Amino acid sequence: MSVEKKAGALANYVDERTGAAKWLKKNLTKVFPDHWSFMLGEIALYSFIILLLTGVFLTFWFDPSQREVLYQGGYQPLSGIKMSAAYASTLNISFDIRGGLLMRQIHHWAALLFMAAIVAHLMRVFFTGAFRKPREFNWIIGIGLLTLGIVEGFLGYSLPDDLLSGTGIRIAEAILQAIPVVGSYLAFFAFGGPFPGELFIPRIFTVHVLLLPGIFLALITAHLMLVWYQKHTQYPGPGRTEKNVVGYPLMPVYMAKAGGFFFIVFGVTAFLAAVASINPIWLYGPYTPAQISAGSQPDWYMGWLDGLVRMSPPLESHLFGHTISWNILIPGLIVPGILFTGMALYPFIESWLTGDKKEHHLLDRPRNAPNRTALGAMSLTFILITLLVGGNDLLATHFALSINDITWASRFAIFTVPPIAFVITKRLCLSLQRHDRELVLHGRETGRLQLMPNGEFVEVHEPISTAKAWILTQHEQPAALEFPTEDSHGVRAPKGALNKLRARMSRAAVEQVAKPTIQDAKEIEHH
Amino acid sequence: MKRLSRYRRHRSVAPTFLVLALFIIGTTFSVASAGTHRSIGTMSRSTAVDEGRQIFLRGCSSCHGLNAEGGGIAPSLIGVGAAAVDFQVGTGRMPMADMSQQATRKQPAFNADEIAALAIYVASLAPGPGIPTEEVSNYERDGNTAQGGELFRTNCAMCHNFSGQGGALSKGKYAPSVMGSTPEQIYEAMITGPQSMPVFGNKIITPTEKLSIIKWIKAAQSEPSLGGASLGRVGPVTEGLLIWTLGLGLLIGIAVWLATKAR
Repeated sequence: MSVEKKAGALANYVDERTGAAKWLKKNLTKVFPDHWSFMLGEIALYSFIILLLTGVFLTFWFDPSQREVLYQGGYQPLSGIKMSAAYASTLNISFDIRGGLLMRQIHHWAALLFMAAIVAHLMRVFFTGAFRKPREFNWIIGIGLLTLGIVEGFLGYSLPDDLLSGTGIRIAEAILQAIPVVGSYLAFFAFGGPFPGELFIPRIFTVHVLLLPGIFLALITAHLMLVWYQKHTQYPGPGRTEKNVVGYPLMPVYMAKAGGFFFIVFGVTAFLAAVASINPIWLYGPYTPAQISAGSQPDWYMGWLDGLVRMSPPLESHLFGHTISWNILIPGLIVPGILFTGMALYPFIESWLTGDKKEHHLLDRPRNAPNRTALGAMSLTFILITLLVGGNDLLATHFALSINDITWASRFAIFTVPPIAFVITKRLCLSLQRHDRELVLHGRETGRLQLMPNGEFVEVHEPISTAKAWILTQHEQPAALEFPTEDSHGVRAPKGALNKLRARMSRAAVEQVAKPTIQDAKEIEHH
Repeated sequence: MKRLSRYRRHRSVAPTFLVLALFIIGTTFSVASAGTHRSIGTMSRSTAVDEGRQIFLRGCSSCHGLNAEGGGIAPSLIGVGAAAVDFQVGTGRMPMADMSQQATRKQPAFNADEIAALAIYVASLAPGPGIPTEEVSNYERDGNTAQGGELFRTNCAMCHNFSGQGGALSKGKYAPSVMGSTPEQIYEAMITGPQSMPVFGNKIITPTEKLSIIKWIKAAQSEPSLGGASLGRVGPVTEGLLIWTLGLGLLIGIAVWLATKAR
């Protein structure tokens, strides 16, 4: 029997018992659109797989215990120092277990990459409007993954029980304690007594390696199943509509591409881990509450939170014998709460403001949604300022600045710069729309000057292709919402103020440079 | 020329020129602002105190006063001892380059003989801590690296960072990096408390413990960067910077390449 026949017989055997052929035939030919920005989420997925693989390796040797031991391992500058078993076993992984340091570094670099890819993917989804109906639930799952990713990363950073991560846990405890009324109880429950106790590391170990990865797997599966079921969005282009998907089939194109990309992501992570040191815990030393280091920072995905806390003024009030630490409560809990709730609800807020209840499978070019793009730029500016302030001590030493000046400047900047970013971005979007309009009506400037018979110089314009003109003009420009303030009998409409606000926001949202119409094009031809 | 002009509208022209312009500006600036090296001739050899006094009058008295009694902008040096002079002048912090927040470490303005003479002169004004050459000579034998590390993390790291890279203090002041410090300088800093640094007297940190700290710092100075490039040993900030630039940048570049249609 030939090889093909043998394979065919095997496939038949399996199909007769599972009925997989029909399902596979349908799904292996599923078409996905092709664009580099659609691969940002893939980077996140692949770094998650890398995290699972390297994480399993690390658990073989990591001892999640705060039991005190005397270090006798290979790293001489810590020889004979008392430390927790968690820290000692992390040192062992780094110095005494073959390949351990590389695995630790791949794990940590992959974690930073995981979060960076999630944020980049989130930006792509936001700026192109991919969260619109019917994908609102998937957006919420994504925000859930982002939030859990921050928690999971922080717990992983905390596990080795080194001086840096212990400082981080101490701050987390402070944030927990800042919750009014129940805060001190919550902190007491979490640590099983006063800080640091002996329970916290074992507890967060379980959460880090079991609970959260399980939730991640479930959410990622749901995230991908929804993409599968709702089909992937695509950028506008000739032949692409709200009812089709233009691209390549999963088998063989994306099987090869995505499979290859996984190894590339693994390769880049391993390369980083091989050439650049990350979280050198042996330099930090073991955690003891009596010590602290200058320049204690969290990983970058927590840096914004640290920055918010660092810029907060020292506000405290005393009520009925209780202290309320506004300086921790506001930046540590209230602002992040508003940010993440706002982010999760954004698809619904936008659809409510614009009155857009239609399904969208074609993506927006960011310039064609100036309000949303400006809002995104504003949020990014906000986060960037907080992130910078998170490293205010390094900014101070490396750029010869005063840390007090940075803190004071940031307190003003956090309120003034994001709105300025909003206005500038919105203007930029409208200018780009104007440019698109010019391009469609007058063509591309070639830079070639022509001398006319009458001595006049004119620049030669080249008409753009129809495909390009289609891309520049395919989007819809909806009108603003309007609400009658009173009904036909002259009675003031209920919800008057709310409708007024909605109309006002809707007017801002639809502010556009009118895209060229057929009439415009015809008029040009008459010139 | 014609061949060149054919490429002037090439899309790589603008970035190339930008990089070129930045490079030219950068090199011009670094050449123009390069410090001019000051050479000091050998001095006449009289008694050490007189020599020191002469150097003091020439280099220090305009701020510290003709008799080292101090003034509006500089403290009195009576009783600071030879250790303080050796540290401040030996690390180039004194004379100050400008009246900024803090004296910066730089190339010393005086040579070793002149600094020694200055130290003897200042020590002659009133007794103070001497240059600890004797004390530090056996730090390798008497110090304990691991214990020194623990002492460093307890007493020094809150300003100088966990690996002695330095850190920010309030209002533009800073704790400098100890990566270039000699054993004498580290000891002198601990016993004299220069600038914002407190004095760590022998009751707080015993002389043997000081030697342990010195031994740990010397070990940290020569510690190879385990696990790849050290990224400055300043914690997670540079790591985050690297993942967003090199890490994600590289992967996005590859993604763009993967999504490019074959031509």
